[in-house]
Amino acid sequence: MNILEDYKNLWVYIEVVDGKAKSVGLELLNPGRRLATINNEKLIAVVIGNDVYDIAKIAIAYGADEVILVEGLEYKEYSTDGYANVLEKLVAKYKPSTLLIGATNNGRDVAPRLSCRIKTGLTADCTGIDIDEESGNVAWTRPAFGGNLMATILCPNTRPQIGTVRPGVFKKIEPDFTREAKISREKIHTPKEEIRTKLIECIKETSGELVNLEEAKIIVSGGRGLGKAENFSLIREFAEVLGASVGSSRAAVDAGWISHINQVGQTGKTVQPKIYIACGISGAVQHLAGMNSSDIIIAINKDEDAPIFNVANYGIVGNLFEVLPVLIEEFKKIKNDK
Amino acid sequence: MNILVCVKQVPDTTEIKIDPITNTLIRAGVPSIVNPFDAYALDLAVRIKETNGGLITVLSMGPEQAKAALKECLSVGADKAILVSDRAFGGSDTLATSYILSTTIKAIENKTEKFDLILCGKQAIDGDTGQVGPEIAEHLGYAQVTYAEDITVDGKIVRVTRENDDRHEIIETQIPAVITVIKTAYEPRYATIRSKMAANRVQIPTMTSGDLDIDLERAGLKGSPTKVKKTFTPQLKKSGIIIKGETGSESALKLISLLSDARLI
Amino acid sequence: MLNRLNKYLGGKKMGYILNEEQNSLVDMVEKFMTNEVKPHVAEFDITGEFPKELYKKAFELGLHCIDIPEEFGGGGVDYLTAAAIYEEIGKVDAGFATGLCATSLALKPVLIAGTPEQKKLFSDIIIPGAFGAFCLTEPDAGSDAGSIRTTAVRDGDEYIINGGKCFITNGGVSDVYVVFASTDKSKGLKGLTAFIVERSRAGITVGKEENKMGIRLSNTSEVIFEDVRIPVTNLLGKEGDGFKIAMKTLDLSRPFVGVIAVGIAQRAIDESIKYSKERITFGKPIAKFQAIQFMLADMDIETEAARQMVVHAIQLILANKPYSREAAIAKCLAGDVAVKVALDAIQILGGYGYSRDYPVEKLLRDAKIFQIFEGTNQIQRVIIAGQLLK
Repeated sequence: MNILEDYKNLWVYIEVVDGKAKSVGLELLNPGRRLATINNEKLIAVVIGNDVYDIAKIAIAYGADEVILVEGLEYKEYSTDGYANVLEKLVAKYKPSTLLIGATNNGRDVAPRLSCRIKTGLTADCTGIDIDEESGNVAWTRPAFGGNLMATILCPNTRPQIGTVRPGVFKKIEPDFTREAKISREKIHTPKEEIRTKLIECIKETSGELVNLEEAKIIVSGGRGLGKAENFSLIREFAEVLGASVGSSRAAVDAGWISHINQVGQTGKTVQPKIYIACGISGAVQHLAGMNSSDIIIAINKDEDAPIFNVANYGIVGNLFEVLPVLIEEFKKIKNDK
Repeated sequence: MNILVCVKQVPDTTEIKIDPITNTLIRAGVPSIVNPFDAYALDLAVRIKETNGGLITVLSMGPEQAKAALKECLSVGADKAILVSDRAFGGSDTLATSYILSTTIKAIENKTEKFDLILCGKQAIDGDTGQVGPEIAEHLGYAQVTYAEDITVDGKIVRVTRENDDRHEIIETQIPAVITVIKTAYEPRYATIRSKMAANRVQIPTMTSGDLDIDLERAGLKGSPTKVKKTFTPQLKKSGIIIKGETGSESALKLISLLSDARLI
Repeated sequence: MLNRLNKYLGGKKMGYILNEEQNSLVDMVEKFMTNEVKPHVAEFDITGEFPKELYKKAFELGLHCIDIPEEFGGGGVDYLTAAAIYEEIGKVDAGFATGLCATSLALKPVLIAGTPEQKKLFSDIIIPGAFGAFCLTEPDAGSDAGSIRTTAVRDGDEYIINGGKCFITNGGVSDVYVVFASTDKSKGLKGLTAFIVERSRAGITVGKEENKMGIRLSNTSEVIFEDVRIPVTNLLGKEGDGFKIAMKTLDLSRPFVGVIAVGIAQRAIDESIKYSKERITFGKPIAKFQAIQFMLADMDIETEAARQMVVHAIQLILANKPYSREAAIAKCLAGDVAVKVALDAIQILGGYGYSRDYPVEKLLRDAKIFQIFEGTNQIQRVIIAGQLLK
């Protein structure tokens, strides 16, 4: 019979893609550190993959007190069965009190599989993590009802407490590459027959533009106001000057002007960049649900009653075809001056 | 092909408003709809059925009024609908919900055939957790693929086009599998007058805990490891500075000067 | 805005006491019309091009045979729900509603007077997705059906039809017609006979398409019959039954024609409400001025009254009671109301109301025909007076 007190230490899962650590895992070491300190626990990073020793060292630079490393050819690509098996075995052996997982597609794939297997509570897509003073449990804060409501969730009776956290909610700390810490290798093998999914092909966006919206710091988004597919070139140009990712409203995707992979909103991606620039986007509730947590929202729309202006920090009521070229020019100048 | 699609009736969250005085959600008068991602999942199921033949069953856990959502599903291509409902299920979090749904699926399979595929929407637009699908896969011990945009079935091989953050993947998996579906490239089809009339006439059976081989300690509040401590409405951003009544180029320059004053540039 | 109103009424469409399932049917059509048809209406109204693809989508939903009994492949929807559905279609475009309604109309005489084989023949053409047309009117015979000159002459086991019909809704796009021809000129009205004529028969030409003031999303054309041979089995009922069949069909369709006009009027009100909340004059939205409020209230009074006459006429039909007077009142009132309310809407929108860039001037152009076709409002008054003075 496992009792709660047996579970100690806060774990952060460091997701690996294309041989590199995804930013979100490193970001989570930040709140991880804070919570571990409050509870007088160690902050431990978990790295799974093939040939990923270097990533363990990076995790230490970003704050981990220890790293558990599991390597194997079968973990080169993510698989639900493989990764859930590893995490399950690690949790059974080490009994962490808390586990933070980045709410990427794969994070949200493995977390519920794991939490269900070990019959514990999982809170998804958290935008805030704290310690509940009354109970000492982790208090997970997350949006529901399309962002219309926030809920604070506790997992008081089971361990570990697991939460997935969106990229960009927390910032990475300044890394210290001189830092040293223990890296423990665990040998966990998942037989091939037990891995029931196979990655056949991986298709990246060929347009060459940055599409990693969920990690983007700046996003320039286009909507119905652009009028036609060709006009997305304006958005792309602006994004390029700013080093931003290109986003889109549902209307533009439905009209076939841009791929769904760029869609921000309730049925698309949820983003929290520093700056979100919405061009020709009216601001329907479904779109706002996807970008409302941006630090700064800038909107350009010819309709002064467009709901996007209710959430924008800065707005221009005007013709985007007149405004954008000037903005592009000016930002080019600023860039060149730097 | 025997396909089960799990659907949830949800409030249309785009219609939800906040009561400015009590700061709580106003749910009265908000229309109920089939969760949009479940509608995409059902549409994919119908496409698979059109190519491979078979039957589609839709299952929902909810109150009696969820039958309206199930009837919607019948009118756009589902063959059978079942509601599972019981007082004892109230207050279930995702673990309890997925447990109830999986025991229901097992009970249905005892009477009919096993399902080859179980499809779910990626998340419900009220709960927004995205957990029930993978948890059902775990309870049943099936393979799982999430974030599917398209599915084709060729014999025993299931090929899924999956969205993974900034890329697409083609994943192959086996039958049986649980697949969660995001917005697909296909627009869900309309019902026809005839199909809607026919669906409205269907008597949808309700299964209760008595029909299931279920441990009620794992359902409802008792079976829910997560507890809601509190809910609150998010602080609305204060409306910002709106530039209007100027030419395009003047507005642009003004914006830049504002941004640079705020040290954002 | 309308959502709030619908919520006040418990989500039910105004005036129609429908249950949840009936409402869900109406909601489905409303969604289809708003998403698939509404965005294209203005363009087709301007060009006059026939929206073939839009109609095709509507056929897929079964909107051309909503209230045709299920045994013939129709939707089997009850008349009250069908009326609510036609109003929704009419709100988006009265011409589109007319094209669909006229197809259902063409099927009705066959259902009223046809043999099982004839019902099957006609349904098999229409139901899968085709237009039908009711061919009564001629250049010299509008209100005066007795002056019909199209002839049908018996020749062995065939009839030969000769004549020209005009102002036929769906005339140019139909796959099958119900044609009213004279088999005995000496008998006047009592010499009229109804026939099923498939478009594929030799000798049928579609003539001029009318360049109409409104309802431009519907096709209105001349249809000319030159020595068109049809088998005797295409005769509906008996020789001489034609006028009775025509009148019964028109009576039955009157409430539905009226409800499309109600849809126009309701759209006019909706646009006026939207505009008056946004338009600022003398420092406030014009909706705050009583002059506008009284206009809107009067528009609503008239429209709801017309709607209730439609509902009443339908309820009499459903109760198997006489309904000619009430159907005539419904059609006449609805047509007059649609024109008046559309005019009011233009007035409320002021200069913008007069502009083709705003949707309300179209409503007036669409509304006017509802005082003219399907029995002019003067004929409706003749019918009503006829009932009063019996």
